[in-house]
Amino acid sequence: MTSLRIQEHPVLSFPERKLVKFFFEDREYEGYEGEPIAAALHAAGVKTLRRSPQKNRARGFFCAIGRCSSCIMEVDGQVNIMTCITPLKPGMKIRMQKGHGVIHP
Amino acid sequence: MSRKTEVFIIGGGPAGLSAATVAAELGAQTLLVDDSARLGGQLIKQTHRFFGSSNRDAGIRGITIANKLCEEVKSASDRLTVLENTAAVGFYANKEAGILSQSAYERVSYQAAIVCTGATENSLAFENNDLPGIYGAGGVQTLMNVHGIKPGQKILMVGSGNIGLIVSYQLIQAGVEVVGLVEGMPNIGGYLVHASKIRRLGVPIYTSHTILKALGETGVGGAVLCRVDEKFQAVPNTEFEVNCDCICLAVGLTPLIDLFQQAQCRMVHVGELGGLVPLHDSAMRTTNHDIFVAGDASGIEEATTAMLAGRIAGAKAYESIHGKSVKAEAIVEEAREELRTLRSGSTGDRIRWGRERVLKEAGSC
Amino acid sequence: MLKNTGIPTAEELKNVMPPHERLAKGPVAIIECLQDIPCDPCVSACPVHAIQMQSGITDRPQLNFDKCTGCGACVPKCPGLAIFIVNMQHKVAGMATLSLSYELLPIPAKDSEVDALDRSGKFLCRAKVIRVINPPAYDRTAVVTIEVPADRINDIRAIRV
Repeated sequence: MTSLRIQEHPVLSFPERKLVKFFFEDREYEGYEGEPIAAALHAAGVKTLRRSPQKNRARGFFCAIGRCSSCIMEVDGQVNIMTCITPLKPGMKIRMQKGHGVIHP
Repeated sequence: MSRKTEVFIIGGGPAGLSAATVAAELGAQTLLVDDSARLGGQLIKQTHRFFGSSNRDAGIRGITIANKLCEEVKSASDRLTVLENTAAVGFYANKEAGILSQSAYERVSYQAAIVCTGATENSLAFENNDLPGIYGAGGVQTLMNVHGIKPGQKILMVGSGNIGLIVSYQLIQAGVEVVGLVEGMPNIGGYLVHASKIRRLGVPIYTSHTILKALGETGVGGAVLCRVDEKFQAVPNTEFEVNCDCICLAVGLTPLIDLFQQAQCRMVHVGELGGLVPLHDSAMRTTNHDIFVAGDASGIEEATTAMLAGRIAGAKAYESIHGKSVKAEAIVEEAREELRTLRSGSTGDRIRWGRERVLKEAGSC
Repeated sequence: MLKNTGIPTAEELKNVMPPHERLAKGPVAIIECLQDIPCDPCVSACPVHAIQMQSGITDRPQLNFDKCTGCGACVPKCPGLAIFIVNMQHKVAGMATLSLSYELLPIPAKDSEVDALDRSGKFLCRAKVIRVINPPAYDRTAVVTIEVPADRINDIRAIRV
């Protein structure tokens, strides 16, 4: 994993978790099962999660608790998923949302 | 599907958990919903030891207090039901509310509701403030202290309130270099012992400074700071660049009040409390008499006072259903006395003024 | 000034510094808590009741230097990490010891050398670690004691491992 993962901490200990594979823009990545999608992407070095609908500006997460909607992405075909609170599952297909996203019926 | 309860509590942070424990222990059928996967609210990210009275959790780390509150809720009573991953979506007429879990929508019929929705993080206006790599202080804490991931290697902190100071220290503990802390005011806003703690680890504290812009296209590559005068205007020719790969904004919180507005509670704007808050009396009862409030949703403060206000709201909600109770009154009196003590002194000035305004306005309607 | 910089001045620290006569008697606490904040764990941490708050919890702690035994029980209990123990009666001539809270990794080993820093984080000198206490009761706040030149005891307030 990247150096952004905290290896040891003076106060906290983080539980052992299962490494799983997932896809971001068709590229394969690894993250821990159950951690938020945005956290897994961040640890993998992906900070731009979407582009703003009007000015096409890069956007990442901001609040990390499902309040601000800055982190919305397309997950397994569903748009507007708040990836900062959506747990990562094996094989998930995650994409940057284009504009406001397209709902596939 | 629908559920019936006496006391309906929204939010499982320090205020909601305390309210639930008290209401259930006094004997009320109680339902608590929380929209996250883990109870404890923002306490689950607080690795530092709490200030306050050693009679009540001071000197203990926030994460330990969170565990304690969760244990208390679990063992409080079989009259208490807790639903995680469940959000309250709105109030209806006739003391009903809607809740939404990942799988289902349900109606809740209640007799008294206590809304402890907490707060949301503020942003700050500066050029490029929307770049990836600019995070709220709570967001940084969640990433780092809940999920074990550093926000970056070098971070700039904006805001010298207790959150900015404490999160700076937590970042150092996680192995992140804090390249500086920026504060627009001439004085440090938070407790000075917290400031000294990061200062002696080498973090420069730039009071009377602001951030002019973040540098970068798709991520943060640095920031431009400058001095500000007494009117918070940038002083020309004082700009300088700091090298960082992320920026943390600890520039205050705003109470989360959507549910109160939707339930047509009367609101009042009190700057000292973080913005619009529901009017409420000393029993934490809003102008919609079936709805109580506690915690940051009633005005931005901190966890210890949120727990105490939650205890008052829990006891008062119980009494609104079951009538006066000696035990409930004792809980209320004890909590009020502790709140009075915690809010005394000069560091409690703002919150006292703010709370006095709310009570005054509530008394006049 | 402390409130602008996070660094207390000598003037601001004047009242919390033990008198010379007390320093000459051996270990004693220095509580660098200079603001009226609602906090009191140090009061109950002291086994000899040397710390008091006159007008309640938002008062500043008042240390009775003569009662204080320099035992250090208050050091890891302070949420502000603002309590230090100084011992001017160290067995090595010209040297004194300073005990402080330490919550970073790695925790230094006994007999290792660390950087001693001043209140602004500036490097002052190297210092030898002579004791590290980190029992479960301290809940992950280690108390580290370093040996420093006696004439720098009032300036050194942090370490870098």
